[in-house]
Amino acid sequence: MKKPIIEIKNLEKSFGELRILNKISLDVFEGENFIVFGQSGTGKSVLLKCIVGLLIPDGGDILLNGKSILNLPTNELNEIRKSMGFLFQGAALYDSMSVRENLQFPLIRNYYFSKEELDHKVISTLNMVGLESAIDKMPSELSGGMRKRIGLARAIITDPKIMLYDEPTTGLDPITSKEISVLILELQKKLNMTAIVVTHDLLCAEIIADRAIVISNASIIKEGTIKELTSSDNKLLRNFFSNEIIKE
Amino acid sequence: MNIPKITYKRNANFNEKLQSFFVNISGLTVFNIEFFKQLFTLPVDIEQIKKHMSELGVKTFSIVGIMGFILGFVLALQSYPVLERFGATDFLPATVSLSIIRELAPILTALIFAGRVSSGIGAEISSMRVSEQIDAMEVSAINPFKYLVVSRVIATTFILPILTIYVIMISLIGAFIAVIMTDNMSLIYFMNAVISSIAFGDFIPALIKTYFFGYIVGIVGAYKGYTADGGTEGVGRASTTAVVMASLLILLVDMVMVKITVWLWPSIG
Repeated sequence: MKKPIIEIKNLEKSFGELRILNKISLDVFEGENFIVFGQSGTGKSVLLKCIVGLLIPDGGDILLNGKSILNLPTNELNEIRKSMGFLFQGAALYDSMSVRENLQFPLIRNYYFSKEELDHKVISTLNMVGLESAIDKMPSELSGGMRKRIGLARAIITDPKIMLYDEPTTGLDPITSKEISVLILELQKKLNMTAIVVTHDLLCAEIIADRAIVISNASIIKEGTIKELTSSDNKLLRNFFSNEIIKE
Repeated sequence: MNIPKITYKRNANFNEKLQSFFVNISGLTVFNIEFFKQLFTLPVDIEQIKKHMSELGVKTFSIVGIMGFILGFVLALQSYPVLERFGATDFLPATVSLSIIRELAPILTALIFAGRVSSGIGAEISSMRVSEQIDAMEVSAINPFKYLVVSRVIATTFILPILTIYVIMISLIGAFIAVIMTDNMSLIYFMNAVISSIAFGDFIPALIKTYFFGYIVGIVGAYKGYTADGGTEGVGRASTTAVVMASLLILLVDMVMVKITVWLWPSIG
C-alpha cells in the first residue's frame, strides 16, 4: 500500500470567533494531484498556509513524510520548506526584481551555484513554462497568465517534491486557464511532484485531478474522484458543480 | 516572531485608540528585540546594506542639501540684525555654526530623512506584505526579516550621520553667502571664527545622536511596513503612520540626548 507523503490529522484553525477549519483530516499520496474545492472564504488557502508553516493551526497535526512539521524550530522548518514549492494566487513575484532575479533569488539565498549554473537553471526552467523570452522583463511588464507561469517557474526551480497551488487559474481567461492547467499536469509528470491544488475551477480540476475534496462550513463534506463529486446528489455539490441553482 | 498586532478600525473610540497605542509600543519593542537577534546572526548581507545606503543617500541628497543651504542662509540673515544691535556681528559665525552643528542640522536632517525614507520603507515593505511577497520569501526558506529589515535599518543608521555632516557643510556655505551679502567678512575670517568656536562637546554628541535618529527612521518604517494589513489602504496607512511615529520618536530621543549631553559635558550647557 502507498504511504501518504502529506498527512493532515484533525486540523483546526480559527480567526477570533470564526472557525475556519474544523477537524480536517486527509492524506495525499506520492505523485498524486490532490484538489481542494470550496466556495470563497471556506479556508482552502488557510489549509495550504498551515501546511507550509505560514499559519499555525490551533489544533491537530500535519505530517510530511511521517514527520510532524508543527512546533519545529525555524531552521528545521526551512529545511522542509526547501522541498516544497508554493504558487500564490497573485503569483507574488518580487516587484523590484526582474524575472531572472526572481528565479535566481531562492537559489542564491539557499544554495551555492556558479553564475553559469544559475543562468542555465533559470533558462531551462523558463523553457519549461514557455517564457524564456521574458527573462529580463520586470513583473510589471507581464500579463496575468505570464505572471502565473513565472511564479510557477520560481516555485519549481528548486526541484520541490511537493507543490502547493493556491488558485492557479483564478482571474485568467478560459484559454490561459486551460494552458496553465495543462502545464501543471505536464510539470507534475516531468518532475514527479506531489501536488495540492486549491481551486474552484472545475475545468482545471478535470485536467489535473487524481482525487479531490470539497470543504464547506469548515469541514470536508465529500472526498473522491472528480466524477464522483460531480455526480453526487448532495445539494451543495450540485450547486457547486452544475449550472443550475438548487434552492433548499 | 509573534508581533502584537491590532486590526485597524475606522471610527475607533478612545479605549480602542488607547489599546492600539499600547499594542504599537509592545509591537515595536518585540520588533526591536528581533532586530538585534537577527543583527548578530550570520551571514551579514553587505551587498544589500551597500545597495540601500547608496539608494537612500541618492534619494535624500538633493532635498537635504537644499534644506541645509536655506537653513544656514536664513539663520545668518535673521541673526545679523540682532547681533548688530549689540555690536556683536563678529560673533555671527560662531552663533550660526554652533546652532547648526549642535541642533538644527541633526534634527532637521533627521526629520526630512524620516519624511522621505521612513515612509518609503513603510510603503515598500507593506506593499510586499499585502501582495504576499514576504510570504513567498518565507516559503522559499528565506528569512524576510533579515533580508528586508536588518539591511535597511543598518543602512539608515549609517547614512544619516553622513548626510548630517554634508548638511552642516552646506549650511555653513549658505550662512557665509548671507554674511557677505550684508557684511564684508572674508571667507578666511569666517572659517577661522567657525573652527575656533567649535569644541569636541559640540560636534561629537550631535553626530552620535544622528545614529540613533537613523536607527529610528529605519526601524519604524520597517515595523509599520512589516505589520501592515488591509490591502492598499494598509499600504498608505503604513507609510503615513511611519513618518508620524518616526518624527515623534526623533524629537523625543533628541530631548533625552540633549539632556544626557549637557549632563556629560556641563561646559556646553
